Amino acid sequence: MAIGDKSGLSPGGATRDAFGKALETLGERFPEVVVVDGDVGNSTRTEAFAKAFPDRAFNVGIAEANMVSIAGGLASCGKTPVVASFAAFLLCNAYDQIRMSVTFPAQNVKLVGSHSGISIGEDGPSQMGIEDVALACSLPGMTVIVPCDEISTAKATEEILQREGPVYLRLGRPAVPRIYEDDSEFVIGRANQLRDGDDLTIIANGLMVAVALDAAAELSEQGISARVLDMHTVKPIDEPAVAAAARETQAIVVAEEHSANGGLGSAVAIAVSRTTPVPIAYVNTGDCYAESGDPDGLLEKYGLTSGRIVEAARSVKAN
Amino acid sequence: MSLENQRPTIEELEDKARVLRRHIIEMTTEAGSGHPTSSLSATEVVTAIYFGGFLNYNSAEPDWAERDRFIMSKGHAVPALYAAMAEAGYFPVEDLSTLRKLGSPLEGHPNVRRLAGIEASTGSLGQGLSIGLGQALGCRIDGHDSRVFVVMGDGEMGEGQVWEAIATAHKYQVGSLTAIVDQNGYQQTGATSDVLDLTPFAPKIESFGWHVQTINGNNMSEVVAALETAVGITDRPTAIVAETQKGFGILPVLEEAGDMNFHGQALSAEVAEKALAHLG
Ligand SMILES: Cc1ncc(C[n+]2csc(CCOP(=O)(O)OP(=O)(O)O)c2C)c(N)n1
Ligand SMILES: [Mg+2]
Repeated sequence: MAIGDKSGLSPGGATRDAFGKALETLGERFPEVVVVDGDVGNSTRTEAFAKAFPDRAFNVGIAEANMVSIAGGLASCGKTPVVASFAAFLLCNAYDQIRMSVTFPAQNVKLVGSHSGISIGEDGPSQMGIEDVALACSLPGMTVIVPCDEISTAKATEEILQREGPVYLRLGRPAVPRIYEDDSEFVIGRANQLRDGDDLTIIANGLMVAVALDAAAELSEQGISARVLDMHTVKPIDEPAVAAAARETQAIVVAEEHSANGGLGSAVAIAVSRTTPVPIAYVNTGDCYAESGDPDGLLEKYGLTSGRIVEAARSVKAN
Repeated sequence: MSLENQRPTIEELEDKARVLRRHIIEMTTEAGSGHPTSSLSATEVVTAIYFGGFLNYNSAEPDWAERDRFIMSKGHAVPALYAAMAEAGYFPVEDLSTLRKLGSPLEGHPNVRRLAGIEASTGSLGQGLSIGLGQALGCRIDGHDSRVFVVMGDGEMGEGQVWEAIATAHKYQVGSLTAIVDQNGYQQTGATSDVLDLTPFAPKIESFGWHVQTINGNNMSEVVAALETAVGITDRPTAIVAETQKGFGILPVLEEAGDMNFHGQALSAEVAEKALAHLG
């Protein structure tokens, strides 16, 4: 059974594809946008923008640190640099450059990390960004967005170009189910409630939103009513939505395709403990590195399934 | 132990390279993904190091402290290394068909925690030379100058850390370190001359105080001769700029398939069959 089947979602494309298409389309409207690539534009999909606007695209080679600081320089001249690489190489390889050239001077740089999570599959753990959200969230002033489908990714791409300041946009490699309609609302910092329920709330982002909807469908068959929130913005987190979920449903499950520490789970835990302490369970890749393998097999082995969310929900929900 | 006396003939090494190439094509096509062309450009170098008597190792005792080290810094070319390791007896040749499959220690990029005989976890480009330098320094402290070979890509040379390692190896006069630059002229998004042209490598690396040779890296005699010279130099680090072709050995087949020098893509079963037939 594929992700999204249980909840009746229709198939969609990859978020990296939607980003690449949106960026190319928006290039005309946002003349200050420039792309900085580190020899992976055909993977991150900035290639389309680079073809359409060759004078506004730089491929600096395999040199992420250099790439990020160049973007900082471009931003200080009033450009809006979009810097894209694999999530792991961008955040991990160039972390201090992001700090010193982007967030510390508060430059208007948009960082885009593709190939996030374990669902990249066969290339294996060295290519999997599983620490990227934690690293991005740790940087003062950084906005962190993890969209779940093509439509919200396209909208997020437009939104970040309009927003002043450093942003990290996290994208995935595989095709994911369609969650939204063309006219759905996407506002940075505001969670979208995809399903109402009162026994507990599943807060998810990225690939795990569709998995959460599957879990909610399963739970409903068991007589448990789960609210589902797409928390696409990890930072700043929608604290009122988290507090309302805690108050109204009394239990929370957080599901994300990221390591156990410093990601959405941590952000939700802080918001819950600050506002309305209730039990929380966590579904993530744990405190380990994964391995090579087919994406579905990996999601199963490392516990990113609707079954695991259902288990977590049953363990945490008030009796 | 004198490895030189065990050195096979050039013809024997060429035969071995052919065996490695067959493994590379078969395992990546079976996996349905991977980087066969990047592995093929480096096949002569890997074959000569493992089977030409240049690498002192014991596959029955992979952790033997005084072994020489080989690091595939361009980790995506690991099929060439797995093929050599299987032929060297680290694991059964049949295991090559598990490449990239769930549960297999033969991951898409080398992982020291999964497979004995892998000396460095790589896959984020640009770090292997520094790791190798650290190993060479560690061996020196322990009183044995084990040789450390590091294979890097020409695109990988764009990482600043590579040049930091080149400078530091000179500072410490690490004569046991040999870097091989697999100059196949291409990286992921295109020709290295278009993306970031760092050629000629030789004068740049030389200017840091290294001994550098530039050779045809797909010519076994030249590879063996260059390695002989490199291991004979012990007072400073050595580099071999190996001018190669991405996909060497099956280029006519790739040309016919209409996708020359492609990066990061396994051959279809049909093209793989033609490639194997071409190799003979
Ligand atoms: C730090 C880092 N950035 C980007 C990548 C993605 N990547 C994988 S292979 C490759 C091209 C490598 O080119 P080269 O070093 O010339 O090796 P070749 O495949 O030509 O042998 C790139 C950009 C990576 N693995 N690591
Ligand atoms: Mg190359």
